[in-house]
Amino acid sequence: MTVVHGTRSPERAIDRLLLEVEGVVKGFPGVQALDGMHLTLRGGEVLALVGENGAGKSTLMKLLSGIYAPDSGTFRLDGREIRPAGPKHAEDLGISIIHQEFNLMPDLTVAQNLLIGREPRSVGFFTRDRLLNERAGALLDRLGLPLDPRARVGALTVAKQQMVEIGKALSHDAKVLIMDEPTAALNDAEVEVLHGLIRHFVTPETGVIYISHRMDELKEISDRITVIRDGRYIGTVDTPDTNLREVISMMVGRAIRTDARPENVREDRPPVLRVDGLATKALLKDVTFELREGEILGFAGLMGAGRTEVARAVVGADPISAGTITLRGAPVRIRHPARAAELGIGYLSEDRKQFGLMLGQSVATNIALSSLAQRFATRGFVRDRDIRSVADALISSLGIKTPSSRAEVSNLSGGNQQKVVIAKWLAKDCDVLIFDEPTRGIDVGAKDEIYRLLNDLAAQGKSIVMISSELPELLRMAHRVVVMSEGRVTGELLADEATQERVMHLATLRPDESAADAAELHLPPPDVPAASDVGPHADHHAAPQSEARPGADADQAGQSS
Amino acid sequence: MTTTSEHTATPTSRMPTARTLRDRLQQLLAFASLIVIALFFTAADPIFMTFGNITNVLFSTVVIGLLALGTTFVIITGGIDLSIGTGMALCAVMSGTFVVTWGLPWPVGVLLAILFGGLIGLVNGFNVARLGLPPFISTLAMMLVAQGLALVVSHSAPIYFNDSPGYLQLSTGSLIPGLQFPNAVLVLAVATIVAGVLVRRTVLGRYTFAIGSNEEATALSGIDVSRWKIVIYTLAGLFTGLAGVMISARLGSAQPATGAGYELQAIAAVVIGGTSLSGGKGSIVGTIIGALIISVLNNGLQLMSIPQEWQNVILGVVILVAVYADQARKKAAA
Ligand SMILES: Nc1ncnc2c1ncn2[C@@H]1O[C@H](COP(=O)(O)OP(=O)(O)OP(=O)(O)O)[C@@H](O)[C@H]1O
Ligand SMILES: [Mg+2]
Repeated sequence: MTVVHGTRSPERAIDRLLLEVEGVVKGFPGVQALDGMHLTLRGGEVLALVGENGAGKSTLMKLLSGIYAPDSGTFRLDGREIRPAGPKHAEDLGISIIHQEFNLMPDLTVAQNLLIGREPRSVGFFTRDRLLNERAGALLDRLGLPLDPRARVGALTVAKQQMVEIGKALSHDAKVLIMDEPTAALNDAEVEVLHGLIRHFVTPETGVIYISHRMDELKEISDRITVIRDGRYIGTVDTPDTNLREVISMMVGRAIRTDARPENVREDRPPVLRVDGLATKALLKDVTFELREGEILGFAGLMGAGRTEVARAVVGADPISAGTITLRGAPVRIRHPARAAELGIGYLSEDRKQFGLMLGQSVATNIALSSLAQRFATRGFVRDRDIRSVADALISSLGIKTPSSRAEVSNLSGGNQQKVVIAKWLAKDCDVLIFDEPTRGIDVGAKDEIYRLLNDLAAQGKSIVMISSELPELLRMAHRVVVMSEGRVTGELLADEATQERVMHLATLRPDESAADAAELHLPPPDVPAASDVGPHADHHAAPQSEARPGADADQAGQSS
Repeated sequence: MTTTSEHTATPTSRMPTARTLRDRLQQLLAFASLIVIALFFTAADPIFMTFGNITNVLFSTVVIGLLALGTTFVIITGGIDLSIGTGMALCAVMSGTFVVTWGLPWPVGVLLAILFGGLIGLVNGFNVARLGLPPFISTLAMMLVAQGLALVVSHSAPIYFNDSPGYLQLSTGSLIPGLQFPNAVLVLAVATIVAGVLVRRTVLGRYTFAIGSNEEATALSGIDVSRWKIVIYTLAGLFTGLAGVMISARLGSAQPATGAGYELQAIAAVVIGGTSLSGGKGSIVGTIIGALIISVLNNGLQLMSIPQEWQNVILGVVILVAVYADQARKKAAA
């Protein structure tokens, strides 16, 4: 990301209005989602659309793609009024959209998803699959997406599924490309790839509307920023002339503080959870770490590094092939998540739709699920009144925007759904909480609130594992950061030694090459090359605390060269 | 958090949501169709509305109703239980074996027969939850096993309860002297209330819905899904056992060869009552209304002397219409 931002080339046709949205109103039962919203998209620009959770961003995009019809208001594309009647119609008009919640068919392959409805025909039945895969492969190559056309989409990680969505949207010859939080599941490197795709896409005839809660990337990718609050237009600023503070205060109506780093690590606190030599058939090898009482332990790594796999293996959602887990000094076997819950270990999944929510049930029902028997029942009978009061309390402390605790979760905005999953785990009294991308899709103001809640939990003596693709968030929250790459732990950094560069270095280390890597730099091999030797290394595991953190050493060595 | 909490719900807001309205509408609609069908039959033949005939309708609702109640739980989890029909016949045969062949006191025999139903459900639950077999397949297999066992145990002959008048009273007697309602109807009423309380008020009921809504999320929320599934299938089995007792008490005999076909009527009742076969939605009231609709149809069509074959055709069409109407309304609401 050096000098030229293709999207900001000076010779773009500034005055050409590509898309105009005027006075759009849309209400749902009990909610006024949009209340006289307008915005303009010029040819050749990337317009960022920002606003709090539930402000109405996704609703506006669903109107543009014809999923809902507006109560009133007009859309104009190239000066002509349009009324998108459905997603297919919108695509024909030249509006392509990547939805916040995926619209992929999990049982189909990447190629089938990419070219759905546009499968090559007229060829003999048997060769069609090959042709399909070839075309999809060519498309993926053109877009530079590292995906196998034959892979089943349901088996992909969230980040890869996101790439399939992006590929699908870019493959239409769209004039207007709408992206609803495309980077929520991506880490910085993947975000870079996406931004490259966007710059490649934008020409004077096309434009992009880009919705994101990741403020840092707005500077990077957008030309202008439009702010929406409570369904109303607040204002538009030129990105180069603004700063994030201004945008955020437009969004939330006040200035928010971005806190300094946490206190340093609490070496003295007793270890709560110890994972030793954890391995799974598919990916993990010799994963070892320790979580202390009252600690927030960050997990960093690139897509596919295995952080989610570690979490799932620890709570027994996936079988492990080797390794031991020790809880407060006693070895435990955890074969399924119910056992983990009994032991006071909770896991919040990165994928709220598939693994987090009962979409068809109410907010209160979802919040009470994990703590129902423990907290809300007497002799098997449920105390609904208690559920409602706890749900109401969490709704207000997390700022969940919903007409009531009885509203169906599927009607909430994406960020508010995420808050419901968090509320579910806050309602339960767990000693160890494993949060996988907890702030995915949550707005800046609310993120702040969640950080505060996590800090409070840690201060109360709870231990938290925080997996996140947003490095700044990890660096801000974690007392220590464990970095993974290709299924192994490549290092561990204390809060005050963790920097963006160090984490990225460890995250891109090929574990099986790290020793060679160091040798090449004419450095003495680090005393314990994190995970490079596959055999058992008892001495490393025996005294992990007193030992120097191996990865950190490797990293410092790398830095100093 | 000042700004965001402004527009969140006030804790006192008691606005009924779209969802509860929708659910109530479904029940209302089912109930309205029941009334319409009943009025139609009354117009066709005034005998329909006589006390004697209504008692008949209720009698025949008992068996379908009990089976449907139990299977409602299973269907809310997103599963299915095909073994309830022949399972019921097997439980009836077992009841006959306990009471007639072994000469146990009839209350003991009844209890054992119900528990035997629970055992069938336990095996179903084990197959589904622990062995991971699809519910359709494992209960289909159980359906065949039960059918065969009923014939084996009874040597393919009916078992008569002639010497156990108490047993027969269970169905046709009348516990409340003034009211001439047969005990069977009371049994169904009590079973309905128990099922309703279980579904709406207990942890079991909540987990039943949770499993049907999103099984993986439920498991990751720390709920022992497979254990609860076993509990739920066992519960359905207990209802099957009770149905076996009630049908044999009504007929005065355990008929080993009957039973097949009841499972489909029960499932139809559940579906007509608005419980979704894909899980996560359903109600006991709906199921009972569904069971009533089916027995009213059976009874009314018989009164009109419509041949059995045509009755089946009409029943099939009613199921299609009910499910279609349900889906059309959901689509309209979305
Ligand atoms: N189908 C629906 N039924 C009822 N309410 C809805 C529906 N869709 C959206 N809403 C409500 O409309 C409001 C705006 O939602 P929308 O999804 O547009 O928010 P958003 O700006 O995209 O938020 P987020 O950043 O969390 O994704 C929310 O209060 C939401 O609960
Ligand atoms: Mg949204």
